[in-house]
Amino acid sequence: MTTAADPLREQVRSAIRDQPFRTRTVLSSLLSVQDSVGYLPEAAIDEVALATDATINEVWGVASFYPNFRFKPPADHTVEVCWGPTCHVLGAQRLLQDALAQLGLENEGETPDGRVGLKLNTCLGVCAHGPAMAFDHALVGRITPETARARVAAMRGGAA
Amino acid sequence: MSDAFTRLEERATVRWADLNAKPWIRVGTGLMGEAAGALETLDAIRREVSKLGLDATITEVGTTGLCYAEPLVDVQTPGGPRILYANAAPQHAPAIVECHVKDGRPVEELALGSVDVDVPGVPRREELPMMRLQRRVALRNAGEIEPGDIDQYVARGGFAGLDKALAMEPGAVLEEVKQSGLRGRGGAAFPTGVKWGFLAGNSSPVKYILCNCEEGDPGAFNDKTVLESDPLTLIEGCVIAGYATGASNGVVFIRHGHDAPIDRTRKAIDACYADGLLGVDILGSGFSFDVEVSLVGESYVAGEETALMEAVEGKRSMPRFRPPFPAAYGVWGKPSNINNIKTIAYVPEIIRNGAEWFAAIGTERSKGTAIACLSGHVRYSGLVEVPFGLTMRQVVEELGGGDPDGKPIKFLQTGGPLGGLLASEQLDMALDFDEMAKAGAMFGSGGLIVCNDETSAVDLTRVLVAFDQMESCGKCFPCRLGMSHLLEILERACAGASRPGDLELMERVGGNMRSGSLCGHGQLGYNPVSSALSAFGAEFEAQMRGEGPLPIGPFVGPKHALRGAQLEGETPTAAVKGDFVYAAEPVPAAAGGGA
Repeated sequence: MTTAADPLREQVRSAIRDQPFRTRTVLSSLLSVQDSVGYLPEAAIDEVALATDATINEVWGVASFYPNFRFKPPADHTVEVCWGPTCHVLGAQRLLQDALAQLGLENEGETPDGRVGLKLNTCLGVCAHGPAMAFDHALVGRITPETARARVAAMRGGAA
Repeated sequence: MSDAFTRLEERATVRWADLNAKPWIRVGTGLMGEAAGALETLDAIRREVSKLGLDATITEVGTTGLCYAEPLVDVQTPGGPRILYANAAPQHAPAIVECHVKDGRPVEELALGSVDVDVPGVPRREELPMMRLQRRVALRNAGEIEPGDIDQYVARGGFAGLDKALAMEPGAVLEEVKQSGLRGRGGAAFPTGVKWGFLAGNSSPVKYILCNCEEGDPGAFNDKTVLESDPLTLIEGCVIAGYATGASNGVVFIRHGHDAPIDRTRKAIDACYADGLLGVDILGSGFSFDVEVSLVGESYVAGEETALMEAVEGKRSMPRFRPPFPAAYGVWGKPSNINNIKTIAYVPEIIRNGAEWFAAIGTERSKGTAIACLSGHVRYSGLVEVPFGLTMRQVVEELGGGDPDGKPIKFLQTGGPLGGLLASEQLDMALDFDEMAKAGAMFGSGGLIVCNDETSAVDLTRVLVAFDQMESCGKCFPCRLGMSHLLEILERACAGASRPGDLELMERVGGNMRSGSLCGHGQLGYNPVSSALSAFGAEFEAQMRGEGPLPIGPFVGPKHALRGAQLEGETPTAAVKGDFVYAAEPVPAAAGGGA
């Protein structure tokens, strides 16, 4: 197999090459790959190591430290529930329990069909509009349980 | 005044006059605006304006801080009134555009406040409950100008501070900041001028000014607001800091994923390079300075100064030992100075108006203003910039309007997840670094989470500890294990199934964390528990016996409670086994890669 025949590795390389940072580090390269590919494929680890003159172990060390890195392709849709203290006092747990029940999950993770991924976010940064959720990264503040259920159902595709 | 700056001012004056010569619509579209639906409103306004074929300027601005009223649309017409429209949904766009933009008649039913000109039936913006006691310094341009637009920034006094500073001796600029009494706004309240002095005293040719916008504190959103509303005030302050201390490089450090602050800061940096406000020979002064953006993954500890330097270098954000201190050995081994975004955002106005002007605002030892973020059970949620010396009660009840349903306020959660609870009886305390510290409270970075009498202090403490536990970087075991232990004990308390001796056990664990951790995360990690116990001890003890006065529901916390645990099973490399593999050697994943 040649390089040209591996489009994923090529995408990883161009993400590293074209990253929008003046100072290029292991972390900036990994963030750029994640933004471009949506996750860190295996090729990302050794390509980043080569590009930044780091060891594989060092790159894995960084990749496994920050919880925003993923190692599998993301689900088709992402639901994020903010569980920060402001959202908590404004009812985030109810939103979370509802979403878990709707998706048949016990904790954050993905539905078996890979359609929806659920993530707990420590703070979506919009405390003045709590409780907050994000659907495919679009923020929705002051969300009601009814709206949340409808949005999650729409992502699951069809009946709630 | 330098020739280069005079030319900028002339250009800005012309642009500003042009902008004000036709209808100008500003829509707040930062993170807050987005969460309130401002992007949909913006689309609707654009459609309406083009449908009517109007010649109007539509600008995306940051947030005014009046978050409760978002989406907020601000319409100004030449010679006519300027009105803020509250909770402007897409369906309101036709009325706003047709009546106000086209015909110059305000839509009174939707109007929140008027600016500069009195409009019958509409209060002045300055008279709104949330605005009355405010004094805008760092947030002077928030919601007023297009973030990163140099002309608009200069038209409102921007870069005059930098131009003035560049004509002074660096030592005189440093002295001015010392005299102003400015203290760090990131939580520790250390005098900024003194801190800069440490860096100025180092003769290295490469020195860094690091601007910290990691802002992982849930409940605080003021750093992000400064960047997304007015990134140029940060850049100007950063260049002044660089000049005063003889630094060569600035780094703005932001959390990955907060796109509005990141994009707007990058745009502002590019604009500054294009106008000779960054780079070589700034404004013809001979001083050169570069600024770049650095992003970090999700990590709360990355806001700690030495962990931040590790993250800038692209590593795990784990704190370093001190000494050596950053001013001697900082990022990339070079002398560095780290300030919070808000701290640096004050610097341009301090230099422009002088140290005395700034020192006249606030209290004896807490100079200037505080930027507080109001969230939780509060009517007017959002951001307020108030002079130090106001009481917490004024901030929460007058500016914040108290609980939306009129329920009694039980406590405030202040100082972030390592801070504590402030019972309502303590709210008459003045907003002042030293007064608050004396009373055992923390202002921290300004997040005030207001909680009414239906909030369980035990339940909230569990959430804070769950956050701290998840965010422990894992370097020091008293913090890594202690946080997990505290959480376990609090889980038992919430379930009403505490064991005898649990209180003493928590205290012992907390003491070990305080004495055995490298950074504030572990040292302050017991704070939320101890402050809740001192304010609400009786409630805590009743809850631990299973007789809690308030029901506590089930709690699902994050799954990846330990850093690195998101890797299920073994990693594809030998990393977890401890074998040291060099990338230069052939590795299985690269086989056939032809690299």
